[in-house]
Amino acid sequence: MTQPAHIAIKKRKRHFALRRQHFSFPYFFLSALFVVIPLVILLVYAFRDLGGAFSFSNFAKFFTEATVRNAMGRSLLLALATTAVCLALSYPVALVLANSRFNKTVVLVLLFILPMYINSLLRTLALKSVFEMIGLSDVFTRLVIAHVYDFFPFMLLPIYTVLVNMDKSYLEASNDLGGNAASTFLKVTLPLSVPGIVSGILMVFMPTVSMFAIRDIVADSDRWSLFGNSIERKFKYEETYGEGAAYAIILLAMVLVTMLVASRLNRKIQEDKR
Amino acid sequence: MKNKKMQKTIALSFVFVVLALMYVPILFLIIYSFTYTNSGLVGDWGGFDLRSYGYIFETERNGSFENTLLAALGNTLLIAVTSGLLAVLIGTVSAVGIFYLKRRMKATANTLNQIIVVNADIVTAVAFMTFFFLIGLRDYGLVTLIIAHTMITVPFVILTVSPRLGQLNKNLYDAGLDLGAGPMRTLFTVVMPQLIPSMLAAFAIAFTLSVDDFVVTYFNNGGAGGINTLSTYLYTSFKQTRVVQQLRALSSLIFILSFAILLFVNFRKKRKAKKDNSPIHSV
Repeated sequence: MTQPAHIAIKKRKRHFALRRQHFSFPYFFLSALFVVIPLVILLVYAFRDLGGAFSFSNFAKFFTEATVRNAMGRSLLLALATTAVCLALSYPVALVLANSRFNKTVVLVLLFILPMYINSLLRTLALKSVFEMIGLSDVFTRLVIAHVYDFFPFMLLPIYTVLVNMDKSYLEASNDLGGNAASTFLKVTLPLSVPGIVSGILMVFMPTVSMFAIRDIVADSDRWSLFGNSIERKFKYEETYGEGAAYAIILLAMVLVTMLVASRLNRKIQEDKR
Repeated sequence: MKNKKMQKTIALSFVFVVLALMYVPILFLIIYSFTYTNSGLVGDWGGFDLRSYGYIFETERNGSFENTLLAALGNTLLIAVTSGLLAVLIGTVSAVGIFYLKRRMKATANTLNQIIVVNADIVTAVAFMTFFFLIGLRDYGLVTLIIAHTMITVPFVILTVSPRLGQLNKNLYDAGLDLGAGPMRTLFTVVMPQLIPSMLAAFAIAFTLSVDDFVVTYFNNGGAGGINTLSTYLYTSFKQTRVVQQLRALSSLIFILSFAILLFVNFRKKRKAKKDNSPIHSV
């Protein structure tokens, strides 16, 4: 039944036709050109010194220059505080919103999303006016409130989604088995909502670490310069792309690590379920 | 019974307190957009004055139209609409292609897609900036912004359109081919029309992301003499009290408009639901 080789080749040639899978080719091309190549270029820049030779000097700057290191410390502290406050505020809100006894419509949920339709910097500017009016001048408090204000919906929505889609029969089962409200919450609701908490943390923590515009609007002084400001300075003012690229790569590595930890955690939860 | 009612009151009042805190700045913003003072501070009432709203429409600032809020608004809309349309077109065609890829290629495509979604904005932004600098496009702000905004929104379009693809009747594509239309024609006349609702949703998301973006825009707007969008206009001139008040008026308008749209959509949905549930229809 095997065909002679030359016929097979001829046939394949004639039959090359556009298939629906091929519609993905432009995407691969565009992603390679505008997403992958720029990141590779950034990586190359990060490993070149001013003369263009391969070196680790840009990364060494991160560890030797106190200003940059401190900026990273402040960014991490701010992100930690922001994430904690977001979680502490949004979990109870999500619980109430997802409970059909308290809330039967989506209107309240929409009200939480609505402010997002105003440009986030505009909202920050409005918040700053309130700070000025009530005389709140402590920079760290200002920063935490401003970032919570900006990121709150990103923590609320994933938690709310998990809670609202949760199988309510678990709660009834816990109730039937003699669990009270507290133990049902601790042993059923909370563990089941962990995936929502994890994705909420992912959507708040790293974005806050890399943020700098909100700080520039809210903090009146040069104090509390953040890691994002360090990157901005290198690219926009000093035009030392190498150092800036190294800082950006450090940020990228942090993003990858947090993603990895989160996916491990989610996989573990899936396994525990079985 | 009473205990339950109490619980409900406490729970809902907590939610309303948080909501109130969220809306306080917006409320002050709207109230103080109707006055104009030299200090520009919220809490400083200088009598009812619509000057802030008038300043939205100024046609010259620092000697040219390019520096005005109107120009920034125009750029914002131009970039959001252009990149939104491009992203929906590229994203939808890609989503169809990716959906029918073999497993391994599909996984590669999904990983590629995640890069932009997961990455910190500032890393994406400076990667674009270095890239555009190297290929000599750095000074063409409008071009670089449209490319960058398209590329950062395409992943979200794919994520929005893909789930719908799984629900489509797969035989319709083959039917199109059997009836003599080429793959291209089948894609545009058979597959895409079924995707229109998700394409509209995807456009809304792409548009919102583009309008709200600051970081990518700030690093890729064409250097020193670069073009402004609403975000970069705000960022570069928020220290001028006049600009603060002008922006206050603009954001009040935006907010009232989106609030009205939300109420309208919700009201219509409720009325429709009532209609559908009425006994006459259910018989």
